[in-house]
Formats: sequence, C-alpha cells, structure tokens
Amino acid sequence: MSGILGIKVGMTSVFDEGGNHLPVTVIEAGPCVITQIFRKEKDGYDAVQLAMGEKKPKNVSKALQGHFEKANTTPKRYVKEFRGFVPEGLSTGDTLKVEDVIEAGSRVHVVGTSKGKGFMGVVKRHGFSGVGGRTHGQHNRERAPGSIGQASSPSKVFKGLRMGGRTGNERVTVKDLQVVKILPESNLILIKGAIPGPKGRLVEIHNP
Amino acid sequence: MEKLKLIEQTQVGEVVDFKPGDTINIHYRVREGEKERIQQYEGVVISMRGSTANKTFTVRKISNNVGVERIFPMYSPFISKIEVKKRGKVRRAKLFYLRALRGKAARIKERGRFTR
Repeated sequence: MSGILGIKVGMTSVFDEGGNHLPVTVIEAGPCVITQIFRKEKDGYDAVQLAMGEKKPKNVSKALQGHFEKANTTPKRYVKEFRGFVPEGLSTGDTLKVEDVIEAGSRVHVVGTSKGKGFMGVVKRHGFSGVGGRTHGQHNRERAPGSIGQASSPSKVFKGLRMGGRTGNERVTVKDLQVVKILPESNLILIKGAIPGPKGRLVEIHNP
Repeated sequence: MEKLKLIEQTQVGEVVDFKPGDTINIHYRVREGEKERIQQYEGVVISMRGSTANKTFTVRKISNNVGVERIFPMYSPFISKIEVKKRGKVRRAKLFYLRALRGKAARIKERGRFTR
C-alpha cells in the first residue's frame, strides 16, 4: 500500500475526454522525502516515513534535526508513516513525486482531518430528525433529542447515548475516489469529488 | 489559490461574445448510441453565472406553446458552435421577468439600431 502526502488546494470543475463535467478537488501532492524505512525483520512491520513542507531549523527540536540529517534533508513540517508501503529501489533520503506513486485513472483512498464544527446538537452531530414540526402544540424545542432514558427502572442514562458535543476535527477516510488527472510539473493531482478538511490542510493519499 | 486558477484556465476555450438579452443559436453535439449528430437550439439568453470552468448560461425559448429553458456549460466540448442571431437591449443581467410574459410582451429591443 503506497501513498503520498499532499495539501488540499481547493475545488473546481473540469471536462474529461468524453466531455463530461466533473467536480474535482485539487491537491498539491509531494514532493516528499523518505526519512525512514521500517523493515519487518528489524522493526516488526513494513512502513515508510514520508516528510513534506519546509520548516525553519530554529523551530525544530535537536532530536528531530538529527533525524532529518540522517536522511540528508532539511527539516520538514509534516512527517507521516505509511504502513505496508515497501519502496522498491528507494532508500532513505530519496524524493518521491506524485507520478511515482499514483496513476491517472486509478482509484485512491484519501485520509484527512475534517473541519471542526465546535459544539453541535444531535441533529447535526448524529443525524437525528429533530421534533418534526412547529405546529400541533409544539413549543420551541424543534431540534431537541427527545427522551434520553426511562423512569425508575433503570433510573439512569445508558453510557454511550448519542448527545450533543464537539463535532468534526477528526480523522476521516474517503475510499475509492477516482484520479482524474495528474500534473507532474506542478505536483498537482485532481481527484473526483470532495475530500475532508479545509483548504491548506494536510491529506494522505493512499494507493489501495 | 494560484494553483487552482492554473487548472481552471486550461478549461477555458474560445467562445463567441454574447450577453443576456441576445438571441443565440447553439449547435450541440448529441450522442445517440454510436451515432453523433448536431442538434440546434435557438432562444434568448436570460442568465449567465459562474466563472471559468463553472460558467453556465440559460437559454429560453417557447416550443409548442410551452416555455423551455436549457442550461449549458459555457465551455462544454459538446457545443460545436454558437451563432448570435440578434443583440438585445436589456437593462438587467438576469431576465427572469420574461417567464411571466408571453407573445408581444416578451419581445426584447434590438441593440445597436436606431429607430426614430
């Protein structure tokens, strides 16, 4: 399972060869530097650590600086591990570009962190339908969850009951997205449909 | 943002200049099974919206006494040709008021011609 890191640029639409109008998300993917390679014999599992984006050396701890020096590269902003990715013919310090990993027309999984929504009620957070209407004697509780438990038996609210609370800002995977186009010279990749998170946030593109 | 524009610009092609109020004839390629033919659609442009690849325009005509409106993407590869039949003189960008009008009332004055 190979993959690459990217930054979400935004959404637009393009026409494909058949003339169809497709909604696409643009991601600036790579170039990434391989900072470490994990081997099953030595580390217990196969993985590749990729790094992307520049960072000032003064903002990087000495320990991390040493880690980047080992890979013979400058300090990077984002570091992520890709589990099950066995790079063939590549070693630590090598640069990985989009076209090395992803093919146009293939299907990929995209992992990102969704937009934070703050404290949300049950209608937004869990898809409750709310009360249903304003009339028929209904007061001002249109988006209330309703009863959260019974009476003297069991005389408690069960654990794990879905209620309001902090919503979004969590890891979300969108599977099986179509790669519409790859622009190797500008490191851009066009993926059909939406991906999680705001513009400018880090996403992982996995090749299943 | 710059990078987004880079992609949008590649989608934009050369198109005849027209405005809301103009009467245009669109040659639209239609695929029926294996065969491809050209369908013509003539009417008044009543709205234009969006920019670059997302730009669309709405064309209204009266067909068999029924109002028909079609929305075309401006840079769709299916549009083979656009002919401007008449330039209309209108005072707004969206001509939705035409929907309520019929016959003589739905006429639009021509632009660039002086009748005195």
